[in-house]
Amino acid sequence: MSNSAGLFSSSLGRKYLMAITGLFLCSFLLIHLIGNVTLFTDPVQFNEYTRFMSSNPLIRVMEIVLVVGFLAHIIDAIMLTKANKTAQPVKYAMDKKKSTWYSRNMGLTGTIILAFLILHLQSFWYGYKFGDVAMTLDSSGTDIKDMYTMVVAAFSQSWYSAIYVVAMILLGTHLNHGFQSAFQSMGLRHKKYTPAIKKAGTAFAVIITLGFISFPIYFYITQL
Amino acid sequence: MNLTLKVWRQNGAEDKGRIVEYKMSDISPDMSFLEMIDVLNEELIEKGDDPIAFDHDCREGICGSCSMYINGEPHGPEDLITTCQLHMRSFKDGDTIYIEPWRAAAFPVIKDLVVDRTAFDAIIQVGGYVSVNTSGNTQDANALPVPKADADAAFDAATCIGCGACVATCKNSSAMLFTSAKISHLALLPQGKVEAQERALNMVEKMDELGFGNCTNTGDCEVQCPKGISLDNIALMNREFLGASLKSEK
Repeated sequence: MSNSAGLFSSSLGRKYLMAITGLFLCSFLLIHLIGNVTLFTDPVQFNEYTRFMSSNPLIRVMEIVLVVGFLAHIIDAIMLTKANKTAQPVKYAMDKKKSTWYSRNMGLTGTIILAFLILHLQSFWYGYKFGDVAMTLDSSGTDIKDMYTMVVAAFSQSWYSAIYVVAMILLGTHLNHGFQSAFQSMGLRHKKYTPAIKKAGTAFAVIITLGFISFPIYFYITQL
Repeated sequence: MNLTLKVWRQNGAEDKGRIVEYKMSDISPDMSFLEMIDVLNEELIEKGDDPIAFDHDCREGICGSCSMYINGEPHGPEDLITTCQLHMRSFKDGDTIYIEPWRAAAFPVIKDLVVDRTAFDAIIQVGGYVSVNTSGNTQDANALPVPKADADAAFDAATCIGCGACVATCKNSSAMLFTSAKISHLALLPQGKVEAQERALNMVEKMDELGFGNCTNTGDCEVQCPKGISLDNIALMNREFLGASLKSEK
């Protein structure tokens, strides 16, 4: 077996793939969050933004790259987890780990985030593309799908908003470990920069979590 | 001190194994942990029972034999020591102490607390050396200048005693701390640089083949390592392997 072909079948190759796809998905989260800010600024702006995101050819191509990124991250995770379970078949009767809970449970938090992602796509991506969305007018007076009203209506349900809040908190813990872990997996570790990368990872996790939970919380409370 | 021990007993590789409870009385806090087990074994032998099999050799913290998972941690509750350096004063009168063997598919139990760590030897055999003839024609050490930081890092990595605590505590039974220590200890020095690429590729491939898990960067290994081997080494291995995989013409 040649080494270049074997790179991604080796343990470290799979870790590189995990790291690269993870950081790529982080960039998606940030862009998604920035776009969502229009929910707070102006309903018309948000509707025009969603139309742009679902019609721009470049974004459509990126959508495919994003799906590939998600699938690679998930499939790689399943393969790594399977190998890890095989590597430790017998558990200790008494085991005290010094590491953080969230660093040991990336598979669990990841699975819950995936379940949330399916719900989220079903509500908004599928709902927008194939669902029955009411029409309204954009800034130039032409018809546009009223995504804004759909989002606001979804978040008026307490159970739905609660799922969002819980999922985003778990995503935060996933990012807090994953972001800095990606750099370590790629071998990017440095006495001076690694503490800064860890802080940046935590800051990123906090921004993403608080940013995304602000939408369900705001729209739920304002509709009480 | 009076103690309750819950010890893993397994009569050979095929046996299912079980936790057996032993009551210990009048244990001196100045005894080492292994001496305490010696006392228990003498009691067992006097009663005509099978003594507990456990690995030990130097009893001064450098051989890496005394592999025991004590109360949920490799080599017990204290940091930066092996089991032979653990003393009973680290426990309280009336404590219950769990003693288990290393748990990893790559380290099968031979008997009781003894596991087979041949897998580590196999990793060393594919690259944990430099092919330099040192028989009588060694050159002056100062002929090859080495930056102080590199020498320090190499020496730190070289303190790895191959005890397997990193694998034992890792939730994935990953051998990356061990393998990376061996890779960086040689890769950082001029004599080892020559074969660094081949070494990284071969040792990682062997590590995977032997059924060790993958690193998820939880950092448990670094905390439990009796020699304080740092995660810096795993990062260095990750870099070495990536570079070697891309450059290799094989």
